[in-house]
Amino acid sequence: MPKRTDLKTILLIGSGPIVIGQACEFDYSGSQAVKALKEEGYRVVLINSNPATIMTDPEISDATYIEPITPEYIEEIIKKEKPEAILPTMGGQTALNAAMQLHEKGVLKKYNIELLGAKVDSIKKAESREEFNEAMVKIGLEVAKGMFVHNMDEARIAMEKIGFPIIVRPSFTLGGTGGGIAYNVEEYETIVNKGLTASPTSQVLVEESLIGWKEFELEVMRDKNDNFVVICSIENFDPMGVHTGDSITVAPAQTLTDKQYQRLRDAAKKVISEIGVETGGSNIQFAVNPENGRIIVIEMNPRVSRSSALASKATGFPIAKIAAKLAIGYTLDEIPNDITKTTPSCFEPVIDYVVLKIPRWDFDKFRSSNPDNDVLGVQMKSVGEVMSFGRNFKEAFQKAIRSLETGRAGLGADGKDKYSYEELTSLKKSERNLLKEKILTKLQTPRNDNIFYLRYALLLGASIDELYQSTKIDKWFLNQVKDIVDLEVEMRGMRI
Amino acid sequence: MKDGKLILENGEIFEGKIFGCIAEASGEVVFNTSLCGYQEILTDPSYYGQIVIMTYPLIGNYGTNNEDCESEKVQAKGLIVGSYEDEWSNFEGRQSLNDYLKKNNVTAIAGIDTRALTKMVRTQGSMRGIITGENISEKKLLQKVLNVPEISGANLVPFVTANENYIVSSENPKYKIAVYDFGIKKNILREFLKFDIELKVFKADCDYKEILDYKPDGIFFSNGPGDPAAVTYGIENAKNLIPSGVPVFGICLGHQLISLALGAQTYKLKFGHRGGNHPVKNHDINKIEITSQNHGFSVNEKTFDNPDIVITHTNLYDGTNEGIRHKKYPVMSVQYHPEASPGPNDSKYLFTEFMKIVSKN
Repeated sequence: MPKRTDLKTILLIGSGPIVIGQACEFDYSGSQAVKALKEEGYRVVLINSNPATIMTDPEISDATYIEPITPEYIEEIIKKEKPEAILPTMGGQTALNAAMQLHEKGVLKKYNIELLGAKVDSIKKAESREEFNEAMVKIGLEVAKGMFVHNMDEARIAMEKIGFPIIVRPSFTLGGTGGGIAYNVEEYETIVNKGLTASPTSQVLVEESLIGWKEFELEVMRDKNDNFVVICSIENFDPMGVHTGDSITVAPAQTLTDKQYQRLRDAAKKVISEIGVETGGSNIQFAVNPENGRIIVIEMNPRVSRSSALASKATGFPIAKIAAKLAIGYTLDEIPNDITKTTPSCFEPVIDYVVLKIPRWDFDKFRSSNPDNDVLGVQMKSVGEVMSFGRNFKEAFQKAIRSLETGRAGLGADGKDKYSYEELTSLKKSERNLLKEKILTKLQTPRNDNIFYLRYALLLGASIDELYQSTKIDKWFLNQVKDIVDLEVEMRGMRI
Repeated sequence: MKDGKLILENGEIFEGKIFGCIAEASGEVVFNTSLCGYQEILTDPSYYGQIVIMTYPLIGNYGTNNEDCESEKVQAKGLIVGSYEDEWSNFEGRQSLNDYLKKNNVTAIAGIDTRALTKMVRTQGSMRGIITGENISEKKLLQKVLNVPEISGANLVPFVTANENYIVSSENPKYKIAVYDFGIKKNILREFLKFDIELKVFKADCDYKEILDYKPDGIFFSNGPGDPAAVTYGIENAKNLIPSGVPVFGICLGHQLISLALGAQTYKLKFGHRGGNHPVKNHDINKIEITSQNHGFSVNEKTFDNPDIVITHTNLYDGTNEGIRHKKYPVMSVQYHPEASPGPNDSKYLFTEFMKIVSKN
């Protein structure tokens, strides 16, 4: 199919200011998309409130508006520039939300403007928890079991359905006061009771806990002919419970058999079709039970995301550029592969290396009186990330740590360790065990510096099983870390 | 791990560490680009006579299990990996790849620059090679490599076909399918058994009359190793079975034998197609499937001198033929692997399509 000729001017919404969780990756995707659209002869109008971006450079778009990303400002731009369409899938959640507001205020209808990339219904389906869960059940996929309860009788019924551990979240309390994780009936009843009292509406959400499960992401694309490709699979080093943006992530997935991986691929294909993203990229996240492989769909972003920037760089497949071309009517087989130039973009990249992302935190700059400020959880705290390539995991891991610009040369042994090698290995047995237990306890709580404590624990003689019990980091990754430590110990024994 | 080396027929030597069975492996060196699925690849009878390079550098990560076997044993002659990962982790895992290879008496080598090696195979074509842990002089090794039989012209089917005919069936079989076993992957049988059918698996050299005596509702030509043109009985039987009017379906080697029976020629690809990411266009519905592939030979579709042949599928990487259909007879076949394992499940619809033809016939 040729590109669409009924469109002349396309408005692209940027992602606004750099905030935690939404940074330069959307400048990268937006700039790529503008270039791709201009290449096809469209007039591109851009709105972004952040002038410190590449995309707002004067030569990038045909018209650039540095204005607040609100429906009012966008409507003014629409009046003046008269675009036939808006591409809202390149500017992160900000752009998607702005597009939805334009729809809700009737602006899209008033000016007869089409949304490219993702339609209103698809965005709604992906974003509303209820609609999304319904859609997943409809296509035979599982989501985390959960329900709202208002009294102990309801809570007991919910408990039977969900099974332990259960996360209890009281509704409308500040910072989740009165909530917690229950591992048995006694704990459950105590926490629910507290939660019901704490909640002004006497309502708590009880939910199946996926903490400690393995987490995977698939970066996928789909075109209007229903062609579907996976650009990249990503496995999280950190288990469920740590925000993906705060997790060390690895591409491609390392610990799945082909059949297990294909189950995720099949699920991703169903998800993108059901949600109805017809032209573009999406990011779909899964939790996998390490005991039995049970798959839970966590969420889907019907837009380019932080992970698509990573996937693009990891594979050489320019997701944002291709997504922009799909949005204007091309199909994947009509767009040439950016690297080979001769084959089509309708393929799944394979790589012969490992790509690793490690987040960069700046807790020194965001000082807090809360000693648990650096605990990693469901809210993203990292301010940036590094990405590294290696011919194996260990190489990529060491390179990434070194690239963080935190002054570390790698996993340790660089003179900057909290516990020196000599200190750790000269301890008496009892002291040694004490420190080991202390570190294993520390490792139970995900924190930004935990990777270094993995090394300390290993040097103190912790086993992979002990580390797994504390961290729920897959044993494959723990063994990779152990290989690095083993090599360190071996080298220390050498004499030149 | 013991020091070892890989020598190619062009004289290049790669040094590494031997794992699996400490012995010697010889065969045609080919590469597979799948990121996972090494157990399925190793047990796929189509790899008989070959040493497989995995281009993804970390192999062994999830160990091996009891489910992901495509035949009863490891069929590949050898395995070449960048980095062998002995410490595996997976809930389905049973033993390490090293132990699995040992049990199967198959030799592997790790620590090889698989990128350099793959580039060499891509530019110079598939080559014969030997993996050895023995300390033999280069000259002698090269001599040995040159004595390894070539795949071109070789009928390798007798090494992998069933010893005896056998029947497998789903619970309430409605149809009977005769299956020619040229080295069939188990997942093809598993896919068939999702339908209400009885499968009778025949040895590769069974005469077509024996097939027809079974009164099948459909006939299947399986995948398998080696040069299709050398499997002369397969081609002859296909020639006789196609006009019978019984629906015929072929995969991989089966597709090549059917094509040869219909008058086309096959040729050896420079370095073959092996991986799980090949885009194939289905011309009937103008859609792309991401396919699992494993073939060193290809059908030259220009040599079909037959107006009744419809080209149904084409590889978008190099334009090679991926599937045909016959206008007069109910015959369909594909070069790639709709049964996946390893690889994407995009093409499983072909089994449904074939069973539709069978039920309508």
